[in-house]
Amino acid sequence: MESVVDLALLGLLAVTAIAVVRVRNLVAVVMLMGIYSFLSAALFVVLDAVDVAFTEVAVGAGVSTILALGTVALVGTRQQRHAKSPVIPLLIVLVTGGMLVYGTYDLPRWGQADNPIHGHVAPEYLADHVPLAGQDGEALEVHIPNIVTTVLASYRGYDTLGETTVVFAAMVGVLLLFVGTGGRRGASARGAGGGDDDPDGAS
Amino acid sequence: MRDQIILRIAAKILVGPILLFALYVQFHGDYGPGGGFQAGVIFAAGIILYALVFGLDQARAVIPMGVVMWCGTLGVLIFGGVGVVAMLMGGNYLDYGVLLHDASHAQHIGILLVEAGVLVTVFGVMVTLFYSFAGRRRAG
Repeated sequence: MESVVDLALLGLLAVTAIAVVRVRNLVAVVMLMGIYSFLSAALFVVLDAVDVAFTEVAVGAGVSTILALGTVALVGTRQQRHAKSPVIPLLIVLVTGGMLVYGTYDLPRWGQADNPIHGHVAPEYLADHVPLAGQDGEALEVHIPNIVTTVLASYRGYDTLGETTVVFAAMVGVLLLFVGTGGRRGASARGAGGGDDDPDGAS
Repeated sequence: MRDQIILRIAAKILVGPILLFALYVQFHGDYGPGGGFQAGVIFAAGIILYALVFGLDQARAVIPMGVVMWCGTLGVLIFGGVGVVAMLMGGNYLDYGVLLHDASHAQHIGILLVEAGVLVTVFGVMVTLFYSFAGRRRAG
């Protein structure tokens, strides 16, 4: 039963991906990307990765779609036709994909209990213990049922701090790009009493 | 979209519960799926919905651009600050165990503060990005 769901979702993913490539209307492409995100999230749920699915829906299907629509509103809805022949890009994609598929043959079998990934730090994490430094090495329960939160915020706190900093860096980058040009012009126009701003923004 | 009465009423009904749901996702992250990243995005989505229906200027009147930019910075400071406080109290960087006398409670508090930092940053950054994109006029 689960493989039927998997196959249906993967098939829909493939159909959506092909549609994204073939459709020329960028608004439709953005919507299809949102559908792609939702389908990926459904696959994550099948794999019991609900936290990842949650993030995929909120970020991939939600905010990314809005930002992409905002961009489409700025650049126009028609995708220009490429004059170049698609043979070489297709070849590169096929070769890369083939190598990736070949690489999967060296992976350990999916879902086996004795896979390397299950024997490293995971048992310690799953035991719901946080060993505290400086207290004679005694282990201590944290009683946080969601292991994902514990790993994210406690065991892997450095990584999460890094991720948060990356998000912050994204804001700095966008502000440097946008406020330097459009924003300042808009501000000076408003300062001069030009109140003809589009009241609905992106819409 | 301000003349679309159905959209306006629907948005008015939805924005409150969306913000509330974001807080639920934030504070329930210890027990179920969710956490700072998701909650921040959902909170931002509430504001973005408001901006889409009632206009960018109205949304900027509710939460000005300056505030969301500060939020984006403040969250990273909270996160890093928790680590520095842990160091000042004699532990390692981001070692929450030393924050309180009871190390188990300290872990809870540390995770709560750190997730709050993530929420504030993600919310601030998402709304800043939206304001920046939506505030630009179409070229040409």
